[in-house]
Order: sequence, then structure tokens, then C-alpha cells
Amino acid sequence: MVRGLLASVMVGILCAVMGTYVVLRGMAFLGDAMAHAILPGVAIAYLLHGNLLIGAMIAAVIIALSIGFFSKGGTVKEDTAIGILFAAALSLGVALISSIQTYAVDLSHILFGNVLGVSVSDLWLTAGLGLVVLASVALFYKQFMVISFDPILAATLRLPAELLRNLMLVLLAMTVVVSLQTVGVGLAAAMLITPAATSYLLTRRLWPMMLVSATIGAVSSLVGLYLSYYLNIVSGSAIVLTATAIFLLVFLFHPHRGLLWKKR
Amino acid sequence: MDILPESPARLDVDNISVAYNGTPVLRDITFQIPHGARVAVVGPNGAGKSTLFKALVGLLPLSSGKIFIHNLPLGHHLDCVAYLPQREEVDWHFPVTVRDVVLMGRFGHQKWLQRSGRVDREIAMNSLQQMGISDMADHAISELSGGQQQRVFLARALAQEPHIFLMDEPFTGVDSTTQEATLVLLDHLRQKKVTVLISTHDLNLASSRFDAVLLLNHTLIAFGDPLSVFTPENLTKAFGPQMLKLPDGMVLVDDCCPPEESSDRKGKIN
Repeated sequence: MVRGLLASVMVGILCAVMGTYVVLRGMAFLGDAMAHAILPGVAIAYLLHGNLLIGAMIAAVIIALSIGFFSKGGTVKEDTAIGILFAAALSLGVALISSIQTYAVDLSHILFGNVLGVSVSDLWLTAGLGLVVLASVALFYKQFMVISFDPILAATLRLPAELLRNLMLVLLAMTVVVSLQTVGVGLAAAMLITPAATSYLLTRRLWPMMLVSATIGAVSSLVGLYLSYYLNIVSGSAIVLTATAIFLLVFLFHPHRGLLWKKR
Repeated sequence: MDILPESPARLDVDNISVAYNGTPVLRDITFQIPHGARVAVVGPNGAGKSTLFKALVGLLPLSSGKIFIHNLPLGHHLDCVAYLPQREEVDWHFPVTVRDVVLMGRFGHQKWLQRSGRVDREIAMNSLQQMGISDMADHAISELSGGQQQRVFLARALAQEPHIFLMDEPFTGVDSTTQEATLVLLDHLRQKKVTVLISTHDLNLASSRFDAVLLLNHTLIAFGDPLSVFTPENLTKAFGPQMLKLPDGMVLVDDCCPPEESSDRKGKIN
């Protein structure tokens, strides 16, 4: 249980930090697609008796690059490309997994998380990958900010914009893979989006936005996990519902920006 | 001002051609601009003024030819070009303050991992004061009016401490306060011997306030001091049917077909 808690909090923080970019750059759908695209990666790794996380990583990176490939040139809009690949990957994943005997249980674990099944090695892997992602975000903070805010300045400063964007997609893929265990692929998108969206309402600058987002992510994971334990519901869904509740509170009651506050 | 370079030209454009989406826009353009010159880039809509600026900054590749800054090819770290596009394509809802935006102009002077230090902050503050918006330093950029936003980006370009300053139609569609602030800025830049290229439709401004005029219409029609460039022959070559020569010698030029409004002009209120 303690391992599950640590893993959930780490994932909460990690998703929230990467989620800042997802929310600001309008990558919500892309993030969701990446999460679901992991399914065939995991299924193939399982059938080949390989490492599930590596299978997941490969699938996530393939889907990110495929989306870029199909939407290049503008014939297919990025939105459409994401939708097509997302559905295809999900179906492929379900098809492969349904060939396994224990598929119903396995599928629900992959889709919604299996926090009680977190082993020590899983924890180390989560911490390791998480650290790599956070370190990258810190290292490339200025550069990611410029390419997200002002692509023209990025060109003037001669930043390698294409490279940086691909790096961001790889970091996103790593984040989603790490979330597999605690919230599952079905709900990883929510952990990317909701805490960061809440933080956007509460802050005015990028660095505070990331910090507040990470805090909300951690708190949602902590509270959500306890709720799932006492109410006996799936951990992933409890964490996401907690994060959503926090978002609603802020959205309605935030001084000056809150919907209900403005109607007083 | 003598526009023939005596020392290596600060900006040396050598027979460049630029295409946009496969269509050639600029052909065989050659000119040299010395230190500190203030040049107006003039021509009808679609002549390739914006394209020229984008090529100078490296936003568009050259189909042929070369560009040299301080005798070094484009891309060398000694480049210090500040570019103000006609419309900023930034995310106006990004969580940054005015100060954050101006500090971004210092990134070119910093190493990859270096954070903005005291000197950077001082330079940023000076730029803000110069543009008259230092009291807005801690406001989010989404809270600013159109004119104020323009001045933030001018301040950022100043903070870059550039050697070459490119402005794409900075006088089009801005309020008179911002226009005046821009003109004051140009004088300040001249003192610092910064080379300035501005594209404009204001031919009177071009002939009165600039050292040289670059007259474009896909090719270079004329380059030199305003009097030698603004001749009826040159203007006809540039503006064609938009020009009318009256019997008493006056020449009328119609600025037809203003640039299309971009559909994502969010956040700009005047």
C-alpha cells in the first residue's frame, strides 16, 4: 500500500508538470491518444514475454511520430490524425489482449491502474523515469517556454524547434508510460490535464503554474488513494475524481475568476 | 548620409532568391547596408517585403544566394538580429508577465542553462522604461491593450541589444502614441549605430526620415537615397497600374489591397 502511495504521488507530480505544457500547447487530445496507444505496445510485450514498460514506451513514441507524419503537409488535420490513430491503436490493443485467457482482469488493470500491484522494482523505475523527465524539464525550461510562447522568436534565436518539440513528445510518452500502473491508460490523460488546468486559473506565470500543478497532482493522488481504499473503488478513478473536484471548486469560487464568485 | 560602404557592410545580401510554398517570391536580390543605416523597404502588397525579412532572420530558406552579417554567414553566433513581425504570432494567454517577455530577449546572450541575472534584469527594465511601459512590468500580457502589446515586443527587441533591427510595417494600424514611441526608438537606435530596416507603406515617411530606400517588387528595382529611388520610372516599375502620373507632374500611388486579416488575431484590442 505504501509503495502504491509513493507511486501515485510521484505520478501525480510528474503528470502535473508535463501537463502544464499539455494544457498550454493544446496537446490534450494528443496526450490522451498517446495513453491509449500504449495498449497494443503492452499487449505485444506481454505476448512476447518482454518488459511491459518498454513495449509501452515504443508504442507511445511510434504513435507520436505517426501523428506528426500523417498531419504533415496539411491534408489531414492533426486533430483527425490523432482520432484515427487513437482508435486504431486502442482496437488493436483490445484485439490482442482478448486473445489472452485472463484478458478481462488484465485489461481493466491496464486501463484503470493496479496500484496494489506496484512492486519495489516498479517503484524504482517510476522514480528513475520520473527524475529523467523532471530533470529534462528543468534543463530545457527556457527553450520549451520560447517554442511554446513565440515560435518566431525561437527561429530568431536559432533554437532547434523541431528537435525540442520531438523531445517534448518523448518526455510526454515517458510520463504516460509511468502512469500506467497507478491510474492506467484510460485516465492518464486526466492527470495530465486537470491539475494543470486548475493551476492555470490560480497562477499568472509559468514556473508557479508548474509548482501549483504538481502540488494539486500530489494532493489528488494522496486523497484519491485513501478514498479508493475506504470506499473500495478503483484507485485511478478516485484520484481523477478528486482532481476534478478540486478543479470545480477553483473554477466556481476563485476570487475574481470564479464563475459563482463573479455572480455574487 | 553616404550609403556606399567603406568598411565591410554590416548586412550583405548576395543574389538571393526566396520561394514561399514553392512559389518564387524574391528573385536575384543584391544589396549591402553599412553600419547604422536606416533603410525603408517599400513596395506594393505582395512584393516580398515580409518574405525578405523572414529570409534575413532565417525563418525562410534561400533558394539561392547568400546572406552575410558582419561578413559571416547567417546562423553564426555573432548574428544579432531582432525581428518584429507585422503581427505577433504568440500565445496571448500564455502565463507570462511583460517582464518575462522582455527577458526572453536576453536569451540569445545567455548560455543554454544560464538564468537571467542582474545585468539582464537591468537591461530589461531600461528597455521597458524607454518604451514607457515599465509600470506594466508585472502585468500578464493578456491584460494589455494592442498598442501596449506592440511596445512590449519593441522593448524585447531593444533588450536583445541587436546590431540589426528588422520591423515589418510597424506603423500600420497602430495608435499615434505607439507610432511616436517607435520613431523615438529609431532615433535612439541610430545613436547606437544599429542598422534598421523597416517596411512601410508610408512613402512620405520613407523619403523624409530614412537614409536609404529599398524599392522592391519581387526583384530589386532601386536602392539608394530617397530622391534617387523615388523617380516616376522606378515607381512605375514597382507599382505599375496602381500609379497615376498627373499632367502637373504629381504622381499618385494607391495602396490597394491591404493585407488579409489573419483569423487568429486573438487578444489584440485597440
